[in-house]
Amino acid sequence: MKHIIIIGNGIAGITTARHVRQQDDTARITVISAESEHFYSRTALMYIYMGHMTYEHTKPYEDWFWKKNRIELVRGYVEQVDTDARRIRLNDDTWLAYDALVIATGSVSSTGNWPGLDSTGVQGLYGLPDLESMGHHTSNIDRAVVVGGGLIGIELAEMLHSRHIPVTMLVRDTHYWSSTIPAEEGELIRRHVRRHGVDLQLKAELKEILADEAGHVRAIVTTDEREIACQFVGLGVGVTPNISFLKTSGIELGKGVLVNEYFETNIPDVYAIGDCNEFRVPITGTDGSPRKAIEQIWYTGRMHGETLAQTLCGNRTAYQPGVFFNSAKFFDIEYQTYGTMNAKLAEDEQTYYWEHPNGQQCLRINYEAKGEGVVGIHAFGLRLRHAVCERWIREHCPLPEVLSQFQQADFNPEFSENYTNQLQGKGPLRKNWLQRLFSTAN
Amino acid sequence: MLTNIQRTGLTLFLIGFALFVGSLSLSQYQLTDEVLTSTVKKEQLAGIQSATADMRGTVYGSAFGFVRDFKAAIAKLNEGYKARNEKDKIINDDYAFPVTKAASIGFFPDNSLLFFCLSLLLCVGGALLYIVPKNRQMPGIKNNGVFHNPATNRGWIGIVIGSFLIGFYVLLYFYPEYLTNWVLMFDPLSRLLNGGPASQWFVYGTLYTLAILVMGVRMLVKYRGNPYQQIRTVSVMFFQTCFAFLIPELLSLFNQPAQDLKNMWPLDYSFYFDYRLDQKIQAGSLGLFLLVWGTALWLIGVPVMTYFFGKRWYCSWVCGCGGLAETLGDPYRQLSDKRLVAWKFERVVVHGVLVFAVVMTVAVLYTYLSGQSALFGFLDSYSLRSSYGFAIGSIFAGVVGTGFYPFMGNRVWCRFGCPLAAYLGLVQRFKSRFRITTNGGQCISCGNCSTYCEMGIDVRWYAQRGQDIVRSSCVGCGVCSAVCPRGVLNLENDDESNRMPAINPILLGNDGIRVRV
Repeated sequence: MKHIIIIGNGIAGITTARHVRQQDDTARITVISAESEHFYSRTALMYIYMGHMTYEHTKPYEDWFWKKNRIELVRGYVEQVDTDARRIRLNDDTWLAYDALVIATGSVSSTGNWPGLDSTGVQGLYGLPDLESMGHHTSNIDRAVVVGGGLIGIELAEMLHSRHIPVTMLVRDTHYWSSTIPAEEGELIRRHVRRHGVDLQLKAELKEILADEAGHVRAIVTTDEREIACQFVGLGVGVTPNISFLKTSGIELGKGVLVNEYFETNIPDVYAIGDCNEFRVPITGTDGSPRKAIEQIWYTGRMHGETLAQTLCGNRTAYQPGVFFNSAKFFDIEYQTYGTMNAKLAEDEQTYYWEHPNGQQCLRINYEAKGEGVVGIHAFGLRLRHAVCERWIREHCPLPEVLSQFQQADFNPEFSENYTNQLQGKGPLRKNWLQRLFSTAN
Repeated sequence: MLTNIQRTGLTLFLIGFALFVGSLSLSQYQLTDEVLTSTVKKEQLAGIQSATADMRGTVYGSAFGFVRDFKAAIAKLNEGYKARNEKDKIINDDYAFPVTKAASIGFFPDNSLLFFCLSLLLCVGGALLYIVPKNRQMPGIKNNGVFHNPATNRGWIGIVIGSFLIGFYVLLYFYPEYLTNWVLMFDPLSRLLNGGPASQWFVYGTLYTLAILVMGVRMLVKYRGNPYQQIRTVSVMFFQTCFAFLIPELLSLFNQPAQDLKNMWPLDYSFYFDYRLDQKIQAGSLGLFLLVWGTALWLIGVPVMTYFFGKRWYCSWVCGCGGLAETLGDPYRQLSDKRLVAWKFERVVVHGVLVFAVVMTVAVLYTYLSGQSALFGFLDSYSLRSSYGFAIGSIFAGVVGTGFYPFMGNRVWCRFGCPLAAYLGLVQRFKSRFRITTNGGQCISCGNCSTYCEMGIDVRWYAQRGQDIVRSSCVGCGVCSAVCPRGVLNLENDDESNRMPAINPILLGNDGIRVRV
């Protein structure tokens, strides 16, 4: 009986375990986690803090699910991987032998190297221990500072704001999230975040963190020498692969665990998936667009797991992501992106941008200058239909056609304002009487 | 954080509420000949007068002592009749409620209108002052602190509210004689609307409508950014106010059979009871219309409307129970049980109630038409209907259905007990265009949809597989779609053919493999 050990019970590891079990009734599957007894949804951490849910609600499967599907759960930290003897050692010194080893250990928060980082009340947000310490260090405080304006930064800001804690956000860029989105969208988000009362400062950088005698953060200093008093500092400056326990294992590491398109490492029967891996040769999606070597996204973790399960069940399968997609939420504004959407337009591309007069919804479509084939679509404050956007991008559907059929991609709830006639410049937005009756003043 | 206006509102509400509840203890009670003459049947008057002679001089300070003595006197009288073998004289009428109401004396009955205005004004005004300022927050999903708040996480406030509701329903259904002061307060309004004095049901109907209206305003404020929720809420407010409350009252003002035109069998389980059939037949053409309308509603309306829109057309847009659940009950929606075992239990119980309702109604109609009380020789229609009325109509729908809001969520009755919901659900499951569409691979398994599903559907189970959601219990409230942070869920009526794809791959984004349902 083949024994598959999966290190990490996040979305990548658990998806692997589930899909192996679906296809292979006999394999022994063990999932090891230091963080939690059961799989929970990391994306929902913020909602636990905000009181929308409890930890129990974030578990996608009930606790009996694992026993029923004969997926063994082990709570422990893997300290050593002995690839010669094909076994691993846990922190309680027990050894487990594997036939196949899947490394799905995710990430750890990046911290940077600012002075004062070790003060109490300075932390990132990645897992349950972070959540607990954040709850502890943010009770009865006057102000919190969030460093970084990426997806974790904005979550931290929303979390703190939900508990009525005044928040200052330091964002290095000249416009919000400039690594990923163009200036118009950045401005739209900045406006929205500031309307919530969050003090979002652009072109603002952290210089150092000041602590009081007890070692607790009391203020931060920016690079332009402004001191901001605060009792909590949230770091949202990215994540890096969680692979430090592999340093002596002989498994080749770059920034992440180096793998090929089959998730194979340099050691036979050792695989790495999810946040913690790094492709030696960056993958190209089936739509022809390049993907990042390290892609720390929930959805890719899931796809890695689905694909690797095939290989583990004897059907060696390469990772072939389709049209890229991702999503996020900036306070109340949902964001969805499909295909290739760079912050800076490529030379052979043109862009179409539409913004609702309310300044809280927008749509951008990038297309090839030659032939007008659509390469990417993203939307803020609008819900788009995944399957339709994917088809348009895959087929390089010309922009005029996309605009004239945009109704097909509308995934907004019933009775929402119909904005699609605006996209082709067909007159102003018309609201029906019901919508006028209930519309909100923006 | 509360603003000062909200604090004032909350304080006014609590004062009004205390006044309203406290008014129950404000009367004194004295049994006089006039009281008995106005409430008791002529042939029983003499007997009751002599049996209660001892009470005549006493002024009771509370309803408890008065009701106890009165019931004891009647029981003693009946024992005497029994001993003398005068079975025809035994009093089966329940006089406790009308006699207690008529026997109220003192400051309160003379000033009941003042109490009525003051307590309702404070309650409604205070509640609105508390609710409306939330308008100033940004629109969007704000479930902040729901699980930190003892009112909404089964904490002590929830326990207090639940206990109060349970107590209220027990008194309402089984001991209305202790609620007579409320009924006195509502007499003027009742006379205005239907020309007669109030009953405990009039009080209940009015409070029910007020709760839907005030908490409906809360929904309109809470879901400012979501037209579906707002229109749906206006719809339940409208149907409750006009169809459930005003029209039946006006019908009885004109001496017609009072009927809630949107209520239907088998939720309205007494629709085919003998006295209601007789009442309609006697009312001529209007009565006949009501009979045909009520029958067509479930026989034709349910399949047709549910085919096009799903059961939401009724459960979360029209129904009175649904209306209360979606307004007063909205703060408790996250407390429904999502476990698989709860779903299994639900399927057995709710369909069991449907079978019970059908069998009971068939038996009652058999008795009505044939004059025989036993169907097939053993099913006694009288005991069937009384046990249904007690177990389902009162205990399940009322005491458990609403009283358990703060413990088991706002749809306990609709999910586990409502025979109409079971019937609508069967149509929705097998023959309908309605489904909740999942948006490709965008689900992040966060669990907001499942948490806020009032029917306890584990929406995430489907969403994370990219599978459309087709479930008989779904009432189409749309909150899963509203709370989804990634725009994954959408309520849609579309062609039936693509509703439950059994062959198509379901996860998008991964071209290396095809995952099937």
